[in-house]
Amino acid sequence: MSLFAGAWPMLRKEFVHLRRDPGTVIFALLIPVIQLIIFGFALNMNVRQIPTVVYDQAPSQRSRELIARFRSTDTFALVAQVTSDAELEHEIRSGHAQAALKIPYDYADRVLAGRGATVQLLVDGSDSTVSSAALNVFNALILLENQRLARAGPPIVEARPAVLFNPATRSPNFFVPGLVAALVQIMVIILVALSVVRERERGTLEQLTVTPVQPLGVMLGKMIPYVTLGFLEICWVLLIMRVVFAVPIHGSLATLLLLAVPFLVASAGIGLLISTRANSQAEAFQMAFGTMLPSIFLSGYIFPINNMPAQFQLVSKIIPTTYFIEVTRGVILRGAGLADLWPNGAVLTAMALAAVGLAARQFHRRLS
Amino acid sequence: MPPVIETREISVRFGAFTAVDRVSLTVDRGEVFGLLGPNGSGKTTLIKSLCGLVKISGGEGRLLGLDVRAEAPAIRRRIGYMSQRFGLYEDLTARENLEFYSGVYGLTADRYARRLASVVGLTAITPYLDRRASQLSGGWKQRLALGCAIVHEPEVVFLDEPTAGIDPVARRALWDLVFQLSGQGVTFLVTTHYMDEAERCGRVGYLYNSTMVAMGTVEELKRLPAANPPGTARYEITCPNITETLATVRALPFVREATIFGQSIHALADAAAAPALATATGVAPRPIEPSLEDVFVTLTNRILADRSAL
Repeated sequence: MSLFAGAWPMLRKEFVHLRRDPGTVIFALLIPVIQLIIFGFALNMNVRQIPTVVYDQAPSQRSRELIARFRSTDTFALVAQVTSDAELEHEIRSGHAQAALKIPYDYADRVLAGRGATVQLLVDGSDSTVSSAALNVFNALILLENQRLARAGPPIVEARPAVLFNPATRSPNFFVPGLVAALVQIMVIILVALSVVRERERGTLEQLTVTPVQPLGVMLGKMIPYVTLGFLEICWVLLIMRVVFAVPIHGSLATLLLLAVPFLVASAGIGLLISTRANSQAEAFQMAFGTMLPSIFLSGYIFPINNMPAQFQLVSKIIPTTYFIEVTRGVILRGAGLADLWPNGAVLTAMALAAVGLAARQFHRRLS
Repeated sequence: MPPVIETREISVRFGAFTAVDRVSLTVDRGEVFGLLGPNGSGKTTLIKSLCGLVKISGGEGRLLGLDVRAEAPAIRRRIGYMSQRFGLYEDLTARENLEFYSGVYGLTADRYARRLASVVGLTAITPYLDRRASQLSGGWKQRLALGCAIVHEPEVVFLDEPTAGIDPVARRALWDLVFQLSGQGVTFLVTTHYMDEAERCGRVGYLYNSTMVAMGTVEELKRLPAANPPGTARYEITCPNITETLATVRALPFVREATIFGQSIHALADAAAAPALATATGVAPRPIEPSLEDVFVTLTNRILADRSAL
């Protein structure tokens, strides 16, 4: 008897289920659109226009020049002038401003005398992204101002940074390639797990157990439809990304889609593993949800993995999304090819085999 | 020819709980064997253990001469199983369900076409073939489930409470189907709660508290000494106010048991008690053969009495 006995009728039946329940397919194709709209249009990791108040204790030619430099940046937006420390503190505490520039009364005198003038920037630390951006830009501004005051003429060392691959540091370019991976993994895990557990709830899985169907046959029949759906979803998201968000794909689409296959199979395998543990759809959903948070927050989708403590970096290494995000960003943004990305493909393939093998063992144990 | 179903001291334990305790039975080809017993007595577990759904902890089970544990894959192709939950895909049509199960059993297209015609003819499900299983009534669902369970022409079919919750007409139709198939040589092991269904079975086993308490043809069971203690007789008392009379009858010292049976009371009393019963109730009691239900009630009472005597 074949190891995969029953795979073909299972597969056909599963596609009939999908056809009868268009909700699943619509859900799979609509959710990414909503997510894309949120991440593409609403969220922006680039900090701009931090509301800032200015407390200039003794307005002068010099202090006005400094304020003008602040105003000319995109980072700070000067919203008000204050005239006392109390007022300044109130503006920040109330949330009207997130930064305050304080220029002491002796600023101009000290600058003219060349005797160490001080300028203070007070930053609201409750949003770390905002505060770190504010500090960086502030330091750079003061550095430039020093240089300018010290000597006329060109600077001795001039900074000329260049951001490669995403020169405008646009958020969609960063988010969308990661979103493809995170979203599809969750979708495939949930759909596979639910479709098996639904059969357990309704008693059809027990019925299958008395037939010659083999565990691998059931698993294959369950995985192929949802891996296909996941594949379509990836194509769909890439299409929206390319057309609506105008994110260019620098590398080869074929490489990306090729490496998507082990990623999708690994996700489906995790779904199957969940289904061997869960007795109800609610339980399966909870477990699938449990995989969702790490795959969003620890996969490098939003937060850089390098900044995580070592233990969490380890966790990130066992999440398929981590590797597929490397692939999507590599291909889409950096134009990386198979020669650069094959290690990710290898890890994903190993994960796919491990998840499916483990699930097969669990299935076997549960069924016999 | 070896018996189709044969168990020797088969036991199933879940941790400390013994669900099936050393049950031995044999069922021959074409027999319809009825398994009775209260809820939780082990009927379903016994069936599941024979189908390979539950691990056997002790003893031996053979189906069609094959060992249930060692030769499960070979057995699967030759048995059919219909659980209490039917195992139908609700969003698939009747035809799609039949097609799916025939595919699962690896039937060729030719054989499927022949089997579909045969199963449809047998179950008369033609008008509902393209209706989704979810839209079928209980009776039709259960016929479809039986159809799915026999689409691969199994030699043994296990039916777990096939008629629970369906109307009497559908119940009778299903039994007609079962007898038609058994006439063709298919062996059935059926669990049920209904005495009238049990009476139709060739042989009946009564499971109580995980053990097989009695087994035999209906006639044999009715003549069991344990069900007809020496020196007793069974009487039927038909009177207008049975509930009050029941209390009176039960209070009589020479009455061992009394239960309401339709419009009358069935009493197990001392053999010579007929005249005394007549005076007590004002009606002449009619001596009767025990019904199958009487037998099981008497058996159960005896077990309970023996246990409390210990």
